[in-house]
Amino acid sequence: MKTIIVDVPDWPGHRAGQHLDVRLTAEDGYRAERQYSIASAPEEPVAITVERLDDGEVSPYLVDELRPGDGFELRGPVGGYFVWGREDGGPLLLVAGGSGIVPLRAILRHRRNTEGGAAVRLLYSSRSLDDVIYRAELDDPGDGVDVVHTLTRRQPPGWTGFARRFDATFLRELAWPREDDPLAFVCGPTSFVETVATALVGLGYRPERVKTERFGATGGR
Amino acid sequence: MSFVSRGFRGRRRDHDADPSRVPPGQSVTYDFPVLSAGPTPQTAIEEWTFSIVSGGTKKTWTWDEFRALPSETVTVDIHCVTRWSKLDTTWEGVAVDTLLDDVEHDAAYVLAFCDGGYTTNLPLEDVTDGKAWIAFEYDGEALDPEHGGPARLLVPHLYFWKSAKWIRGLALRDEDEPGFWETYGYHLYGDPWREQRYAGD
Amino acid sequence: MEPLDGNAIAGLLLDVFGAEMTNATGICANCGATGKVAELEVYLRAPGTVVRCRGCAAALMVFVTVREITCVDLRGLAQLVND
Repeated sequence: MKTIIVDVPDWPGHRAGQHLDVRLTAEDGYRAERQYSIASAPEEPVAITVERLDDGEVSPYLVDELRPGDGFELRGPVGGYFVWGREDGGPLLLVAGGSGIVPLRAILRHRRNTEGGAAVRLLYSSRSLDDVIYRAELDDPGDGVDVVHTLTRRQPPGWTGFARRFDATFLRELAWPREDDPLAFVCGPTSFVETVATALVGLGYRPERVKTERFGATGGR
Repeated sequence: MSFVSRGFRGRRRDHDADPSRVPPGQSVTYDFPVLSAGPTPQTAIEEWTFSIVSGGTKKTWTWDEFRALPSETVTVDIHCVTRWSKLDTTWEGVAVDTLLDDVEHDAAYVLAFCDGGYTTNLPLEDVTDGKAWIAFEYDGEALDPEHGGPARLLVPHLYFWKSAKWIRGLALRDEDEPGFWETYGYHLYGDPWREQRYAGD
Repeated sequence: MEPLDGNAIAGLLLDVFGAEMTNATGICANCGATGKVAELEVYLRAPGTVVRCRGCAAALMVFVTVREITCVDLRGLAQLVND
């Protein structure tokens, strides 16, 4: 896992939840392109968080090889659907599976930077404690933010938190009730997003207030 | 010209493969990438049929009838237009020659058609004389749905988009009618050794 | 290989249409289902990009880039409206 701050000339500014298309070209012209969510809030320098996939094509380069002063092509910021600003209100339900936490973290930071924002519940599913990204930051998320972790594959000794996957029962207990007319952002692997989004609509969330962003099954795109 | 990122090579590694087996612009892979343009079809084997369509006539085999035909095991190299090649892949399948045996025709081309709507076009002579199979096993096991199971076309001498997954038949044609990717600009023939990836190559 | 959604092609659509399209609404010409582009089913790992209807799996949009030119097939859409 690595967070990379990118210095983009003439950066137009971005919204929380948007992403970048990163394109790498090799000397022989070979190209690879991937999407990375912007991990920082609009008030902060542009950063992406990259999860290194062992069999990845782009992530091992970005995590292992990239040095200050290196460059790559990018397109963005892009995305006009999976975005949140103060004016969108809440209460917010943020549901993350694995690296799906990245755009949600940008939303959280933006909310914190702009003060007095909507109440937030963040539900974050990871395989183990070692897989939790931004752990220290999420342990101290600030006022009005409740964070619930679930560790689905391995739990540390003495763990008193959740160990199940997010299903309808779990969400009924932990998500905002429908009466609050919450705004939900669900991000992670495709099957995770479909399970959670379906469950939220089943709980009475208005479908147009359940925003989804699917990442590849391995966490990247 | 794109900006070149220092030190970027992608997943490509140096390999021990004989370079004369690797077409231009390709890199050898040791895994088996899954590329898909749509959801994996779920046709039940009891409903599966394979047909040869020629003009107004259609010859059809059920799965059991198809599996009763003589089949053979072949080991071939495959080359994907997205630049990976996989050497020494082993398949079991029924030769297209076998399926065309009792069919009277004078067609010059075929259009493979598949569950999910995918199509691809080939000259008839590129699927006959031992050049193509309807493969139902890969690496000694039943062909995985994500790799085209229950059966796919296997035409190793052309780019692998011609080896249509989830094939349900071959339509014999007088004209070379572009299939799915060919319609959007991929080469009508697709010879990896002449690097015929796109129309005009 | 699980499909993604229209969010993954926000950049491609920006290049093709010159506008942010993920909030646009599409109507499937095959089954009539409506959906936001961001929520459509997207297959990226192929010789081209195919966007499909969640209702009936029909191909709504196909994008193939060959030698820097992108071929755009929108025939699967009865309508595409960017509000």
